Amino acid sequence: MSTLVIAEHDNSSMNVATLNSVAAAQAIGGDIDILVVGTDCQAAAEQAAQVAGIGKVMVADNAAYAHSLAENVAPMVAEAAAGYSHIMATATTTAKNIMPRVAALLDVQSISDISGVVSEDTFKRPIYAGNLIATVQSSDAIKVLTVRGTAFDAAPAEGGSASIEVVASAHDSAKSSFIGEEVAVSDRPELTAADIVISGGRGMGNGENFDMLYSLADKLGAAVGASRAAVDAGFVPNDMQVGQTGKIVAPDLYVAVGISGAIQHLAGMKDSKVIVAINKDEEAPIFSVADYGLVADLFVALPELDAAV
Amino acid sequence: MKVLVAVKRVVDYNVKVRPKSDMTDVDLANVKMSINPFCEIAVEEAVRLKEKGVATEIIAVSVGPQQSQEQLRTALALGADRAILINTDETLEPLAIAKCLKAVCESESPDIILMGKQAIDGDNNQTGQMLGAMTGYGQATFASELTIDGGNATVIREVDGGLQTLALPLPAIVTADLRLNEPRYASLPNIMKAKKKQLDTTTPGDLGVDIANRVTLLGVELPAERAAGIKVEDISQLVDKLKNEAKVIS
Repeated sequence: MSTLVIAEHDNSSMNVATLNSVAAAQAIGGDIDILVVGTDCQAAAEQAAQVAGIGKVMVADNAAYAHSLAENVAPMVAEAAAGYSHIMATATTTAKNIMPRVAALLDVQSISDISGVVSEDTFKRPIYAGNLIATVQSSDAIKVLTVRGTAFDAAPAEGGSASIEVVASAHDSAKSSFIGEEVAVSDRPELTAADIVISGGRGMGNGENFDMLYSLADKLGAAVGASRAAVDAGFVPNDMQVGQTGKIVAPDLYVAVGISGAIQHLAGMKDSKVIVAINKDEEAPIFSVADYGLVADLFVALPELDAAV
Repeated sequence: MKVLVAVKRVVDYNVKVRPKSDMTDVDLANVKMSINPFCEIAVEEAVRLKEKGVATEIIAVSVGPQQSQEQLRTALALGADRAILINTDETLEPLAIAKCLKAVCESESPDIILMGKQAIDGDNNQTGQMLGAMTGYGQATFASELTIDGGNATVIREVDGGLQTLALPLPAIVTADLRLNEPRYASLPNIMKAKKKQLDTTTPGDLGVDIANRVTLLGVELPAERAAGIKVEDISQLVDKLKNEAKVIS
């Protein structure tokens, strides 16, 4: 039994999300290798080689892999999959885009977003926006899995010294090409990796009022998120959305401000260790998952909270 | 330009699902069923392409039981021209559904295939990507904006870091995210007209598709409930609790 973990990275460094998949692979057991597919991605590969308990790191470094285009990366991963029993990646938008294409190339049924490992072929995963947990058993020879990052504590990033092996093959399908991107730049921690997340909803009223959340977040070393309603209303960009179709977070502390708590939002944060809700509507469903609820006008409560921490 | 749009019959998004009493599966008895919201967005996008004069024909396709005709009629009422039901009573996995759709792509030769990014029952988020692998077409998943210019599609995608723009030669597969558009409501006259539109039925067997499941559902359970919380009186009590009881801030 052996698992190939597909690294999430930006070429210059490996994303810590990769370590959640390594932890899931350890729960399955057997040998674990990491595959880094990118362009000028040696630095990311070197980080991957330091992860404890890794057999080897394979690097496919080619211009065609620059923006993780699924049409190019999927055949590369499918080729590298030979000989492995499990192929795994943390369920980022990159992995969600690529892994089903890998599975179809291998003619196997991938399993999305596993939240638990029961045995080498049996996994738990949320369905219906996390309202139910399914236990599923795969009969495929190669199991292609994406991993819910919040369900597995990250494996240690250091302590290993795996060998790095260069994979020469290149796939350039020309079926899609990268035109550009708008990437949010922030000094705050990444939403999915932060210990504290403060999120605002429709109740914030407008984008400027999010400044109150940014100020509080900077005092607490927190990331700032948002509900779908706040993103749809144009208050903040899409990469801040927490929920079923946005990011899944499980920080030590989640503070929901002016968020009513639609089922789709709860799906993205209800595994947080401590949840605080501040909302003026005491009937808001968010209070049903909150450890500490404060029924108050957020425009009064937030400045007070900011002053108190 | 011919558009193929895939729709799935799923439990309505307002329904709170429960496990069956023997915990073997989801209890779908007497539950309201609807068109998957992401598929509805894909249908709306197809209709907008036709209204812009870009698309000439919209074919809606669904893989599922006889009752999936209801969701195909919804798509027809929204503006699809004709529909194909690939009828099966089995619960198919994304791999098998993608194989069925590939067979339709071969017979219909669409220029673009629009789908939802995921269905809200299984939350798999796989079928579009799998169809991409099987057809060899390019894929633009999680689309929030689609522009067609001659033989190319330009798609803005919602990704973890923000937004990414891709260009794809047609034919290509585009899967819809929430912000691609806001679907219209079907008007009563259009619902009536939809009843007369062509709806063909075939089966996976007729299409020569192997639909054997690879994954077995062993059971379902409710997620762990969170213990009931408390209401605090004011900010100072909240901060005190967070510092001294939960110990999550210092």
